Amino acid sequence: MLKLADLEAGYGESMVIRNIDLEVKENQVVCIMGRNGVGKTTLLKTIMGIISPKKGEVNYQGNDITKKRPSFRAKQGIGYVPQGREIFPKLTVYENLLIGLEAGNEKEVNEKVYEYFPILKEFRNRNGGDLSGGQQQQLAIARALVSNPSFLLLDEPTEGIQPNIVQDIQGVIKDIKENSQTSMILVEQDLEFVKSVADYVYVVDHGSIVYEKAAHEIDDEEVYQYLSV
Amino acid sequence: MTDLMVTLFNGLSLGSILLLIALGLAITFGLMNVINMAHGELIMIGAYVTFVMQNIFINYIPEQYFDLYFILSIPIAMVVAAAFGMLMEVSLIRYLYKRPLDSLLATWGVSLLLQQLARTIFGAPNVGVKSPSFLEGGVEVGSMYFAYPRLFILGLALVCLAGIYLYFYKTGNGRRVRAVMQNRQMAECLGVSTRKVDLITFAIGSGFAGVAGCALTLLGAIGPTIGTNYIIDAFMVVVVGGVGALFGAVAGAFGIGFFNTVFEFWTNASLGKVFIFLLIIAFLQWRPSGLVTTRSRSLD
Repeated sequence: MLKLADLEAGYGESMVIRNIDLEVKENQVVCIMGRNGVGKTTLLKTIMGIISPKKGEVNYQGNDITKKRPSFRAKQGIGYVPQGREIFPKLTVYENLLIGLEAGNEKEVNEKVYEYFPILKEFRNRNGGDLSGGQQQQLAIARALVSNPSFLLLDEPTEGIQPNIVQDIQGVIKDIKENSQTSMILVEQDLEFVKSVADYVYVVDHGSIVYEKAAHEIDDEEVYQYLSV
Repeated sequence: MTDLMVTLFNGLSLGSILLLIALGLAITFGLMNVINMAHGELIMIGAYVTFVMQNIFINYIPEQYFDLYFILSIPIAMVVAAAFGMLMEVSLIRYLYKRPLDSLLATWGVSLLLQQLARTIFGAPNVGVKSPSFLEGGVEVGSMYFAYPRLFILGLALVCLAGIYLYFYKTGNGRRVRAVMQNRQMAECLGVSTRKVDLITFAIGSGFAGVAGCALTLLGAIGPTIGTNYIIDAFMVVVVGGVGALFGAVAGAFGIGFFNTVFEFWTNASLGKVFIFLLIIAFLQWRPSGLVTTRSRSLD
């Protein structure tokens, strides 16, 4: 479904990630782990097209999309939940969701997202910027889901969020995995959750992939070795 | 009492003129952060479109329909100015979105170019546009006199304002524009074509400059440099109102209009101008980002 070959990308002259080879198959959930600052977010931004790579290829559903704009990729079915949520602060919750519809063919906001996150229905006329961090994260996920993406990029969706909302979000991610055809790349620090949801795991360190294994074969000790500070 | 009423009305009238010329700028400068020095020339284009329409009606259309020229001029001026705006956006502005100083110089160049173009086509002297008969005269209330053109401009400004409000807050296009202006990168990632949004938004801002130009023909003769007379006022309104806040521009326009009239009433035209500038400088010391500021949790 998604294939990265020999990808090298960064900001200006300094390369943050290099030699990245990664593959996501249909209906697969791939988790990316690694310490802070090793290039996980840069990798996701490169897949989304926010950063254009210096070298290598991004291949999505058999097409080379390395040079395409982010809006093109979004319309091809890639949904993106960025780190820091990036809610439109002066748009209402409902308007934020409507912008999410731009990428797909849907005309209405699917009731399903309100089932996932009931708070969004209750607060639909509030400004996005007035929500709490956890609510904004739920909105960011819902906004990516309304267009029925076939591929989801989730950048640390549970970072810095109160425990009960973390549980809600993890529940939603599991539900998407079980009940829809959506593939996912999930950046996540919680190894227990990764093992419960992932099919395949990559660990990134110093901008390159240093460890990869199918989720059920993972050896905790080996992974922790790369995650400990 | 009468003096007060007249001053109030003059302030309101000046405010509505300022609002009309600043509305387009509130979109291109306020929302998009493009310093477009050629905005005044887009106003000029609107004015000359009205002039051309008048001549077409005089020469080719039976006389009893003459008054229609002005009604038709408003949408046509808007479309022509918007087309010029689009041309500018595609050929120049879009390369300068992140370079405000360069865009200042480049658009100033465009402004000189357009002025010369007008001089070449219409000649350097000012030309007059005959007001339609239904806008001649005025209404008398007691000892006060309200000129129809002024009332018309007030109405037109309010209609334009309502149109802009409906477009930006009630339509899908407007929603996309607001999303792009608040977080360009994320809007792009969600499938919004930011290029298209930029182009359309700039064209709309330019179009309203055309409408303003059309209205200005009611107030006096027009010439190639008519734009330069209004561009400073327009920027002043947007800066006082608060960049990025459409309704700040309304408060800015009527505030400046009212104070300007009061100062002129107390002193004279040139001293009044001095005082209004002093007032604006003092005001911006107190509130550097203008009357209406956008602040929210996620922008902190």
